[in-house]
Amino acid sequence: MKRLFYILGVLLCSVTTAQAGIDEAINSATAPIASFIGQVVFFKIPIFGAQLPVVVLWLVVGAVFFTFYMGFINLRGFKHAIELVRGDYADPNSHGEVSHFQALATAVSGTVGIGNIGGVAVAVTVGGPGATFWLILAGFLGMSTKFVECTLGVKYRNEFEDGHVSGGPMYYLRQGFSERGMEGFGKFMGTFYAIGIFIGALGIGNMFQSNQAYVQLNSVSGGALDGLGWLVGLILAAVVFSVIIGGIKSIARVTEKIVPFMAIFYCLFAIIVILMNAHTLPQAISNIFNGAFTGEGVAGGALGAMIIGFQRAVFSNEAGIGSASIAHSAVRTDEPITEGIVSLLEPFIDTIVICTITALVIGTAQVAAPDFAGDAQGVAMTSAAFEREFSWFPIPLAFAALLFAFSTMISWSYYGLKGWTYLFGESDRGQTIYKLIFCAFVALGCVVQLGPILDISDALVFLICVPNILGLYFLAPIVKREMNSYFARIKSGEIKKFK
Amino acid sequence: MANKILVALDGSDGSKRALSAAAQHARLTDSDLVLAYVIDWSPYSFHTPQELEERHKRRESEIQRANDSVLNPELAALQAEGIKVETVVHHGKIAETLLELGDQQGVSQIYIGRRGESRMHTMIFGSVSAALVQTSSVPVTVVP
Repeated sequence: MKRLFYILGVLLCSVTTAQAGIDEAINSATAPIASFIGQVVFFKIPIFGAQLPVVVLWLVVGAVFFTFYMGFINLRGFKHAIELVRGDYADPNSHGEVSHFQALATAVSGTVGIGNIGGVAVAVTVGGPGATFWLILAGFLGMSTKFVECTLGVKYRNEFEDGHVSGGPMYYLRQGFSERGMEGFGKFMGTFYAIGIFIGALGIGNMFQSNQAYVQLNSVSGGALDGLGWLVGLILAAVVFSVIIGGIKSIARVTEKIVPFMAIFYCLFAIIVILMNAHTLPQAISNIFNGAFTGEGVAGGALGAMIIGFQRAVFSNEAGIGSASIAHSAVRTDEPITEGIVSLLEPFIDTIVICTITALVIGTAQVAAPDFAGDAQGVAMTSAAFEREFSWFPIPLAFAALLFAFSTMISWSYYGLKGWTYLFGESDRGQTIYKLIFCAFVALGCVVQLGPILDISDALVFLICVPNILGLYFLAPIVKREMNSYFARIKSGEIKKFK
Repeated sequence: MANKILVALDGSDGSKRALSAAAQHARLTDSDLVLAYVIDWSPYSFHTPQELEERHKRRESEIQRANDSVLNPELAALQAEGIKVETVVHHGKIAETLLELGDQQGVSQIYIGRRGESRMHTMIFGSVSAALVQTSSVPVTVVP
């Protein structure tokens, strides 16, 4: 272990001696790769003057289908989800096991990340205010997809002999298809997904996060970190390294405890900022609705706004990507449906609450001063919107962004690891290799430009929703049967509240 | 039916003194003993995915440890004396869980050792024995 720290130290020193132009060199080397992957995955169909990426269509059709097929479980299950999280149905005999609340909190801190602060700004910049409407709608529909994938994650999880459990799409794809007599296809799909989540973890859950954390740090320090991306990257990588390889659990534990409070703190101040701009709120809201259906000034009009909104929503709440299903699999319950119902709350918290609040902060600022952000994009744009009211806000926001990024990276390092162990087995040596690769990408994320990073992350993450959603279609009847039986037993009083 | 007395154990010296006082009480009144070990735990805490994965395993080993190193050694000696003893290990908020266990077992008395935490510690984390005294529906004996 010590030796690894030395290697990092030596790397740090040797890089210092040759700092000039490093950022640029790495950037120009990765940009073409990124745009190539982006083009392949985001194959676009031109319709009515807009460019519709096939994957976005794939996700939306899936979400709409599951919403109808499950009879609007996203509305019906909402109250029950809150009862479950509150522990009303918790069996006192399972004291000390993972609770619904804990599984939800862990999954939420994996999804609440830079996307909620920076991704929304990207959506509004590219898709206009109307993108927000589609973002919220996508969050609502995504609740149904999450329900299906998290139920399956628990139902088909793997319990190892030493008592640890792991599950996720790779396991339900393999077992689910094999139960339907398609063993070979199931194996292929499981492997496809595992490769996707392992590589995708390096993008959405890694480079995008560290990149935006660096951008925000640089902008609050007044550009003092210009060209020092590699240094920030190495420091971030070292901290991630110390948690996931060094096993310094205290850092992870502290982060997991602070993140929920940061999220509340963020929402609270966002609401204050919105209220301070209350006179522009009606205009901002009407811009959202008008923009959603007219798409004024947006490439591709209303359809363009819709595509951008959907794309950012999925990027933020991860519905259809299957990552949360990995986090939820740890709950020991006899009713997999309960985990699915609890997971409904994730897109709600992530997209419908937090993203909407961010969108309104930006929207009200745009109405008051259309050019408030200058050239700033992503997190920097959101930060500028806050800065109009509280000049000191960018500093705590940078801190929050750093923490969100960090907790998302920790969660995603785990998701990626599960893909890796599915492929290469549970050996400790293999796991260490994966973790080292993960840390290297953290550092890389701070060096390259936002554009290529977004392309790579989006592309890789959307790629894994292909096997996942295909599997969900096949396995949805199983979920529906369990859901109906569960609600029938609630109604008949067979499943009782303990509180 | 004999009276039941609940004793809160955590392996500390204070809890051992509480046990010897409770055992004396049991001998004199011919009561049964319930030895309870509560592991501090909240279902509303935050964890990393790695910790969730290992939770079940950790829970088993926590229960095992409580039984092996704290409850079972006492159990043998008391049973040799002819006192009827039960043991229970439970996760939860300590004071609250002790009261629930007492209710379930129908105990008529609770014994707990005083931890003697500093004033600062008590101010921040509260005192288990004080919380018990305040909320219990049966007599509580706090042994110094």
